[in-house]
Amino acid sequence: MRTSRATTLTLQLGAALVVLLLGLIFVFLVQKSLPFFMSEGLARPFTDSLWNPSGGQYNLVPMIAGSLLVTLGSVLLAAPMGIMVAIFARYYSPPMLAKFYIGVMELLSGIPSVVYGLWGLVYLVPVINRIAAPGASILAAILVLALMILPLVVLSVHASFEHVPAHWIKSAVALNLSRWGMISKIILPGAKKSIVAGITLQVGRALGETMAVLMVAGNIVQIPHSLFEPVRVLTANIAMEMGYATGTHMQALFVSGLIILLLTCGLVILVTRLKATQYE
Amino acid sequence: MSDHPSFKNSLMKCLFWVAALVAIIIPLMMMWDILNTGLARFSLGFLLSAPEDAGRSGGIGTLLVSTAWILAICMMVTLPLGVSCALYLSEFVQMNSAGARWTGYCLDILSGVPSIVFGLFGYLFFAQILGFGFSILSGGLTLACMVLPIFIRLTEQSLRSVPLSYRKAAVALNISLSGYIVKILLPAAAPGIIAGTIISIGRALAETAVLIFTAGYVTRMPTSVYDSGRTLSVHIYDMAMNVPGGTETASATALVLVIVLVGLNLIVRKFIQRWQYRYHQTHLI
Repeated sequence: MRTSRATTLTLQLGAALVVLLLGLIFVFLVQKSLPFFMSEGLARPFTDSLWNPSGGQYNLVPMIAGSLLVTLGSVLLAAPMGIMVAIFARYYSPPMLAKFYIGVMELLSGIPSVVYGLWGLVYLVPVINRIAAPGASILAAILVLALMILPLVVLSVHASFEHVPAHWIKSAVALNLSRWGMISKIILPGAKKSIVAGITLQVGRALGETMAVLMVAGNIVQIPHSLFEPVRVLTANIAMEMGYATGTHMQALFVSGLIILLLTCGLVILVTRLKATQYE
Repeated sequence: MSDHPSFKNSLMKCLFWVAALVAIIIPLMMMWDILNTGLARFSLGFLLSAPEDAGRSGGIGTLLVSTAWILAICMMVTLPLGVSCALYLSEFVQMNSAGARWTGYCLDILSGVPSIVFGLFGYLFFAQILGFGFSILSGGLTLACMVLPIFIRLTEQSLRSVPLSYRKAAVALNISLSGYIVKILLPAAAPGIIAGTIISIGRALAETAVLIFTAGYVTRMPTSVYDSGRTLSVHIYDMAMNVPGGTETASATALVLVIVLVGLNLIVRKFIQRWQYRYHQTHLI
């Protein structure tokens, strides 16, 4: 198609800015983190005995453990539940009810994470407190986060059933397979890769979530020994301390930002690999 | 497909119904709790007056203004940049060329970057290096970075679903690319782009972590874009966490925010329906 230099440049500029933005994010985070590694060494975040920035100690291990535990717990809870709800909506429920379910899940996926956090803080934490004090705990964080990513899991799994070829289902019907037989033997194996990709994306969501976890996790820096103990995650640590951090302390917060960025990037790259090999 | 009366098949059926019931009851309980607590503080005056006593009394009037300013800046940046990048991907380069692949890759990674990382970036780049400080401008620009990838993907999809015959006809008539884009492509894709815009606005409204250390906490009425301004979502966080006795205000604010978001969602559905009607597409999001 006939085009002018101005049009070409405008379109290329839009694309270039996106690439530049990602580049800038990496450059700034690395640039702020580097002085920390230069002055403190690479191992300090893992070998220091505790997180005490004013005393010059920067142990990130409890926060990393907190992030991983909370993420793992919430995904282990939300993934099976989400897959079941998606199967329900696609293969068991009457069409009207299925439409209602997907509609509600779409609405819930747009509810802000602070609102989930607020509900967790005001209603869930007191309930857990009655079982074991203080209530604000790793369990509360896992439950709130699971509730938050559940609609996203349902929507992505529900969408991946769409890619199962229609003739597979027709063959299953022709073979007089039972409903559960068809789902377990044909549909789930067929959609496996895209289901895994969808859930991996939600792992990234859970790992990067700040507000909901910050509000219910109790935020005490420690490696938890039970589900009822408070915990502080990497993202919450940044949100809490960025306001007053200076010098090496601030650099340490950028180091934790860089760790989260690298972890979530790794997950996204994993997902693109999964998606690329999906239709073999 | 038959429903065998076998034990296993019936058991699984029960299990799925139970899971579905649980998955809907808990979120509805959450909404009910917030509605109940929030309604105690909610009134027309709450929407119009400024916060008093650290937010325990008064309303959210000034916060609605700050939120609107931040959103306006965010969308003013997102729309032109997003549309031009989406046009680049859908109209300018081949689908599998290096340019398309790299831009797409960057978009995928960007949409996976956690909001707190955008917050760090915005704090460093807009607030400190560019010298905007804790301001509505810094907040809006950082928010734009965050919603840009989502907006681009949605716009790209709606551009791609415009029938190829339109493009062929434009080529046959020797219309220039810019003429085709402005006169034919964008109007045809408009419902989809508007839906994408509304979805992006919803994402921006829901965001908190990005804004805490870019737009700041100030509850005064903003007088310029260089003033700090607090959004509704930041208000919910601050009321719930930092102000003893702020739960009711937090719930009332959450109620307002949820009502707005549900409203936006319903509007999006209308646009997508229109879109599907026009081109018989099966999905947009």
